[in-house]
Amino acid sequence: MSQTHILRLDSVVKRFGGLTAVNGVSLAIAEGEFFTIVGPSGSGKTTLLRMLAGMDTPSSGDILLRGERINDMPANQRPTCMVFQSLALFPHRTVGQNIEFALKIRGVDAATRKARALELMAQLRLPADYYGKSVTKCSGGERQRVALARSLAYDPAILFFDEPLSAIDYKLRKTLEKELKDIHRETGKTFVYITHSLEEAMVMSDRIGVMCAGEMVQVGTPDEIYTAPRTRFVSEFMGDVNVVPVRLGPDGRLHSDDPPSVFKAPTLPEGFARGHLVVRPESMRFVERAEQADNHVAGRLYNEYALGSRIQYQVRVGERVFIVERLRQQAFAGRLDDAVLIGWDAANSLVVGD
Amino acid sequence: MAAGSRAPGPRFALPVLGLLLVGFAAPLLAVIGYSFMPERTFGLWQEPTLDNYASVFSGTSYISFLWSLALASATVTVLALVCYPIAYGLARVFGRWSPLITLLFTIPLFVSENVRLYGWVLFFIKGGVLLGTLKSVFGIEIESWLFTRGIILLGMVYVYLPFMLFPMTLGVAMVPHETSEAAADLGASRWQVFREVELPLSMPGIVIGFLLTFVLAVGAIVEAKVLGGQQIIPITHDIEIAFTYAQNWPLGAALAVLLMVVVGVLVIGVLRRFDLDAVLGRR
Repeated sequence: MSQTHILRLDSVVKRFGGLTAVNGVSLAIAEGEFFTIVGPSGSGKTTLLRMLAGMDTPSSGDILLRGERINDMPANQRPTCMVFQSLALFPHRTVGQNIEFALKIRGVDAATRKARALELMAQLRLPADYYGKSVTKCSGGERQRVALARSLAYDPAILFFDEPLSAIDYKLRKTLEKELKDIHRETGKTFVYITHSLEEAMVMSDRIGVMCAGEMVQVGTPDEIYTAPRTRFVSEFMGDVNVVPVRLGPDGRLHSDDPPSVFKAPTLPEGFARGHLVVRPESMRFVERAEQADNHVAGRLYNEYALGSRIQYQVRVGERVFIVERLRQQAFAGRLDDAVLIGWDAANSLVVGD
Repeated sequence: MAAGSRAPGPRFALPVLGLLLVGFAAPLLAVIGYSFMPERTFGLWQEPTLDNYASVFSGTSYISFLWSLALASATVTVLALVCYPIAYGLARVFGRWSPLITLLFTIPLFVSENVRLYGWVLFFIKGGVLLGTLKSVFGIEIESWLFTRGIILLGMVYVYLPFMLFPMTLGVAMVPHETSEAAADLGASRWQVFREVELPLSMPGIVIGFLLTFVLAVGAIVEAKVLGGQQIIPITHDIEIAFTYAQNWPLGAALAVLLMVVVGVLVIGVLRRFDLDAVLGRR
């Protein structure tokens, strides 16, 4: 086992009665890494995190922290700390008392505690006069910072995050995401973050693990996850994509029943026989003649949506809906219900398994 | 527009106000009035005097006072120690059994307090359920605990248990589980989680339980009468005697007023000390 791996999971399983919440997850997280576990609700990501933090114990499998098996080590003895979704601040304590909690538990004297708390508050851009303020009087963003400072005061080897930004409005969330990545850089600690938003994961993470139905379906850098999703689930989790079920014909082309068509294939993985052809909306374009793109389908412009910098078009091809996105400056001039031809180049598509 | 029609609210409150004046304020004022009347008079329009209050302290009534306060304090203390673990269990541990256990604690309330206390008498009396069984089955003969101070305390704890348990359960249930988990995650031991997080955050429920049971226990009378024989004379007994056998309404009224003042000061003091909203972090 490599020494640079701070945390290793070996076939970790968690069952609740007849339900398997986490099903054989193996993973190695590097020292100092910002690792994000992303998945829809019910995918088992929170259960997995609770086992890593010591609030649940695995039904089987091993969790190794720096090579030491910590399956049954309770949370209060683990050198890890969690920022909860609810933040779980102590409402009867001030900002300062919240941040100092871990130090007080360790028996650190009051002066040292206060110095450290003020240091952390400065680092997290909390005004020093908040030290004596009740946490219940802080705004949402301030409470986030207090929760983070409280965890950092524990000086954990790994910091866990359970969707702490999910209840924050969009604009503030964007700011806090970047701040969190800055804090990660400054502290050099290992961050393990959980979210249901792949967008959030993309912004912050060194690596992302995508979970679905209790299993880790793909682990990779944000770029790998984005450009080379391995399954239909991962590709669709990225946001709106066009997915067409296809099978490989003897002619080396991809055959589809709906819409009934034959497409030029991108580079196929070894042994590919059938699966899904994935084309991102931004790789789709409106064409006038079929020769203008490697592949094309004919349909009817059904609707268009302004997405800010881009415009999204829905094109109905039989019962199937294709999505095309163009930059605002390159808006398509067609009218609703016009017959349109949309196309894409094989190199901009990829195939995935189920 | 007429002045009255702009604010119909106060006029609609008049019936309730009248009811409160007649049903609540008037008897209270009458009692306070009587407490300043000369001894053994039944009129309210005599020269006011402080004689009744003086005689409380020159007589033996102050001993009853102390007994009532001591007994109530002991009851509250025992209840706190007994109820917190049960409340914690009901809120956190027992899970789907909680409603059933709660029901079991509630059922006795449907039976008259006197009947329940006489049940205890039958249980503890010489030759009764406990001692009789011990004697006939095991041949052991021991003194009955009936008519001792201990049994009075037992009776009080038994009767007032639900009034401590339920507010306390609510108090413990109000502590978010994640807050306890967060404290443990930050290195706190089980005891530190309790002391730093769970106890202070469940304080509102505990304080309400304390006040409720203390006020009820100070006014208790039946437990001492039925279970205690003449071992303890609570102040409520003195008040009853003054109003009935002794026919000395002013003395009874003075005792009642003193009791109200003591309890009132205590309640207000406690509520000041524990600002419930502040404890909950709402202010």
